[in-house]
Amino acid sequence: MMDPRVKILVTLGFSVVLAVADRPVVLGMGMAFAIFLVFLARLNLRQVMTRLLVVNTFVAFLWIFLPFTFPGPALFSFWGLQITRQGIAACVQITVKSNAIVLASMALLSTSTVFGLVHGLHHLKVPDKLVHLFFFSFRYIHVIHMEYHKIINAMKARGFEPDTSLRTYKSYAYLIGTLFLKSSERSKRIYQAMVCRGFDGTFWVFQHFAFRKRDLFALVFMGLFILFLAFMQWGSVR
Amino acid sequence: MHISEGILSAPVLISGAVAAAGGVAIGLKKTENEKIPEVGVLSAAFFVGSLIHVPLGPTSVHLILNGLVGLLLGWAAFPAILVGLVFQAILFQFGGLTTLGVNTVTMALPAVIGYYLFGPAVRSESEKTALVGAFLCGSFGVLGAAILVAFALFWTGQSFLEVGKMVVYAHVPVMVIEGLLALFCVAFLRKVKPELLEVKR
Repeated sequence: MMDPRVKILVTLGFSVVLAVADRPVVLGMGMAFAIFLVFLARLNLRQVMTRLLVVNTFVAFLWIFLPFTFPGPALFSFWGLQITRQGIAACVQITVKSNAIVLASMALLSTSTVFGLVHGLHHLKVPDKLVHLFFFSFRYIHVIHMEYHKIINAMKARGFEPDTSLRTYKSYAYLIGTLFLKSSERSKRIYQAMVCRGFDGTFWVFQHFAFRKRDLFALVFMGLFILFLAFMQWGSVR
Repeated sequence: MHISEGILSAPVLISGAVAAAGGVAIGLKKTENEKIPEVGVLSAAFFVGSLIHVPLGPTSVHLILNGLVGLLLGWAAFPAILVGLVFQAILFQFGGLTTLGVNTVTMALPAVIGYYLFGPAVRSESEKTALVGAFLCGSFGVLGAAILVAFALFWTGQSFLEVGKMVVYAHVPVMVIEGLLALFCVAFLRKVKPELLEVKR
């Protein structure tokens, strides 16, 4: 396992550089790097594609509007609408950027456990309260999701069929209200149980990670690549 | 409601990150240590709630619930929404790390404003006032978020104006649904557990 701190730092650096870059060379190399990482991480390609599809819905939404609204000479026009070269270029740029960033973060972040990443955040000096919030929230998402399924199944067993009606919205509202209620009461029990076991504000974790030689290698290699991208974008040699 | 990576310009991303950091800092400061488990578990509940799709005519929309988050958590809505967005970014690649700040602000700021604008009405003794307040708070959460998304897009480039307008129009039906949901939810909580909303008696 790679040190989660390295993963967080590299993902952040890569995302920031790519998000604000605009030179085609930089975007192309960033995309290649992201694809390289996906293969290195041996991700399930089908899963990767499904995720990309979801991400690209917002991008597709932009493709509907931007080509027409960007100023510039018309590439071609119909129905009195003009498609500009700048508009198309902006769309391509956005598509490459968002896909490259998503691919890289999939390869780097989704290969760690969430607890590992949150533990990494602690060592990157993120405030304790926020780290604790992450721990609690993640620990109980699954529990509350189970609770949700229990209630919705009970509703379905009693003939609940969602449709566009006030009754449906009312049922969902009561469902959500019940979830809040149960969550709030559960959190009080959790806190009491923690205090009973001597909780003094310190979180102890079972799995620790160490910064090893190959982490250093990965950090240096990827860090240098990101710096190289930044140099290609903003460096003086053009 | 999130903006994906690679769309917004650097000044917008930076301003969003700074504003989000400020909001999260205030939210954490106002949350005592004993309250952290409650905020954490409620963030989990909102995360699950936002996965629910409710039918709307031939399609369905997923819930945002930021108005309700604001009502229940006040300033703690900032850290709670940040946590939810981080999990969405890591688990489903919705949104992302660079847009985390902007997305947190677009959803949490209307939540906090709603808390101040409509919180007193929702906590009032009169059931009618409370329900009207709840409806407005639920709708306002979505309206505010849509306007902030449109603003972030417009600030990136004026060519995004049409897209931004569409974002706002597309969320009008969601505003109605979220308003109704908040109304019924508040009605329910006032009946079964008024303490959760800190209702006056």
